[in-house]
Amino acid sequence: MFFSQTLIVLTGTLLLGIASGMVGTFAVLRRRALAGDVVAHAALPGLCLAFLAFHSRSIIVLLTGALLSGLLGAISVSLLKRFTRLRDDAVQGIVLSVFYGGGIALTRSIQNHYRDEPGADLESFIIGHAATMMQGDVAQIAVVVAVTASIVVLLFKELKLLSFDEQFCQVQGWSATGLDILLMVLTAVTVVVGLPAVGVVLTAALLIIPPAAARFWTDRLSIMMMIACAIGGVSGVTGTLLSAHFDGLPTGPLIVLTSTAFFILSWIFAPHRGLLWKSREVTDLEMYLPWVEAGDDVPHPSTNSGPPIATQEVP
Amino acid sequence: MLPTLTNTVALLAARVPIPFEAQTTRLAEMLSLPATDVQNAFWTIAVGALCAVCCSLAGCFLVLRRISLLGDALSHSVLAGVAGVYLVTGRVDPIPMLLGAIAAGVVTAVMTQFIHKTALVPEDSSIGIVFTSLFAFGVVVVSHASHVHLDLDCVLFGDLSFAGINLHPTFGWLVPESFRTLVPTLIITLLLLTICWKELRLTSFDPTLAVTLGFSAGLMHYLLTTVVAIVTVSAMEIVGLLVVALLIVPAATARLLTDRLSTMLWLSCLIGVSCTTFGYFLALRWNSSAAGLTAVVAGVELLIAIVVSPKHGLLGRLVRTVRLRIRICAEDVLAGLFRRQERSDAPDTLVQASLSECHILAGNGLLAGPAVRWLRTRHLLQQVGSVTSLSESGLRYAQSMVRSHRLWEAYLQENFNLPPDHLHDPAEAMEHFIGPGVQQQITEELSQSAEDPHGRAIPDVKKQGVN
Repeated sequence: MFFSQTLIVLTGTLLLGIASGMVGTFAVLRRRALAGDVVAHAALPGLCLAFLAFHSRSIIVLLTGALLSGLLGAISVSLLKRFTRLRDDAVQGIVLSVFYGGGIALTRSIQNHYRDEPGADLESFIIGHAATMMQGDVAQIAVVVAVTASIVVLLFKELKLLSFDEQFCQVQGWSATGLDILLMVLTAVTVVVGLPAVGVVLTAALLIIPPAAARFWTDRLSIMMMIACAIGGVSGVTGTLLSAHFDGLPTGPLIVLTSTAFFILSWIFAPHRGLLWKSREVTDLEMYLPWVEAGDDVPHPSTNSGPPIATQEVP
Repeated sequence: MLPTLTNTVALLAARVPIPFEAQTTRLAEMLSLPATDVQNAFWTIAVGALCAVCCSLAGCFLVLRRISLLGDALSHSVLAGVAGVYLVTGRVDPIPMLLGAIAAGVVTAVMTQFIHKTALVPEDSSIGIVFTSLFAFGVVVVSHASHVHLDLDCVLFGDLSFAGINLHPTFGWLVPESFRTLVPTLIITLLLLTICWKELRLTSFDPTLAVTLGFSAGLMHYLLTTVVAIVTVSAMEIVGLLVVALLIVPAATARLLTDRLSTMLWLSCLIGVSCTTFGYFLALRWNSSAAGLTAVVAGVELLIAIVVSPKHGLLGRLVRTVRLRIRICAEDVLAGLFRRQERSDAPDTLVQASLSECHILAGNGLLAGPAVRWLRTRHLLQQVGSVTSLSESGLRYAQSMVRSHRLWEAYLQENFNLPPDHLHDPAEAMEHFIGPGVQQQITEELSQSAEDPHGRAIPDVKKQGVN
């Protein structure tokens, strides 16, 4: 029983990690990383209202409500930007905190009013509670992941174009706005699916950290996405296992910390971009100093395969 | 909660004086409520107000410097500082924890910049990486240490509703315990504002000029970050993570209402205080979270400001647009009537038109009726039954409109060499915005100002009298 429950949770967090790696890659490249955070926070009131309206803890009902209010949050961001003179950052902070405040107030009232009803503890959605995942929940996550993955694969070329050259994308006849909205909806869906496991506050981390770590290793979008999915999946599994091992530690934050560890490792050790590699490049440059001081032409690296080695004589 | 309550009861029995006790008791008698309830409400509102003032003052600069999300990030990462100190010392002491929180705040600001510069991710992602990681670390430590006083619920939601109950003797007075952190925080914030007022203002509005003049924008940034971290950590026990709502939303609301920094500061404080006060009362009414409802009230106040703000509000903009449209429609009617009179067989007699013809001249839209009314109330149009005609002043107004129109056509022809069929449309738009001064200027610049490019006479308001 314990084993199968752990397996269910593991499958769920693995799928979640893969999905967020996929969508997060575009979110990070399109500078929409914090939009995911706004959607996650904005989802909370919708989740509570769905509970109040249907008195059901069926995950599909709650998550539909969450998705709707998350998207409402995203729309409010663009409306506020359009109709007031507030800047991006203030608008995001406002929508995030006001919706989240509404959600907190609703969860608290629900908890106080429906004390005896099972499943009224919606506060578990704030930090997430992966251990209570059911087989049905995981199946629903799997469906969402499959749909997201197929959309991303089918529209890969167009989304790639959008991420790197929006104007060119438009000139080529693709609707940049349409693709943008599609990407926003995909982000919102992924965030909302992650809520039960990782919680409102930390879901955005899953979107941001694995792709940011993957960016160190490659310049190709497809490879970056694969690495991000891998890091997301492995973080999901590792976080769940750690949480199962250290009883009482919450799963969501452990998943996030695992992916942070991947980020830090990539940041330090990645070839060409890592901090270590960069510090070596500086010493390489210093090795050219003898030529510079002697006033000679520095041998070009391309004519002289590799940087000059220390034993070489200074002419 | 219980130990402190008994503590309060014991202190009450020992008669440590409570400030404003007489006033709250009298208020309770007036409202016929229990005295303790009124007293609790009074202190809760006081704590909330203090918290709101600290947050709003610091938040104004976050909003102006476009680093509001740093406030959000700080509210999350402060938890890591507190948790880290607990992990090292194994105890819950306020001073080291405050220092840890401040350190975490500064680390957040520095790391965000560092990751943004060395990693290949945009700045918003680097903020996201830092604060979510730190928050995750904080949550793990706090849930590991849930047996001690570190309470995750308190971090997430704060406990404004209990802040008024938890009284504590300080300097011989029995005041809420939160005052011990909030009052010094307010003093530090005010000190920063008064000492560095000029520098803060300069670096917020024009960092480049500030650096050129020899002020360190970076130093001000980190000073402000430190103060925001202090404010965040002391406000956190009152409103939890929602401290970001108190930091940003009142400041943004004030920003919509004014263009002066000093006005913005006191206005945001007022708005912040009203948010915590209303939030507290709503929470009592609905048995809900005071911090959450504070954020909701702040959002509602922002919406109201967006709609009714005098200068930039949606309502004001709508009214101004409609007024302008009505004036334009009305002026179109005048000019149309004048042209008709000009074309008629007897140009010196006032032309008459039916009301429906006036409406057609006004574009026949929703504003045609108001436009004709606009003309009548200004006595520019006389109406007898359904027959209208220009009044004397209306004729002068119409002449001026047509003069502006034709002068502009002549000006365009002379200076821009446009084909004749391209002259009417821009002049039709411009005629409503050319006053006597511009008319005079154009007349002086034109080589001849008697006829427009289409060969029609440009009416001169001064010469042509009305019969």
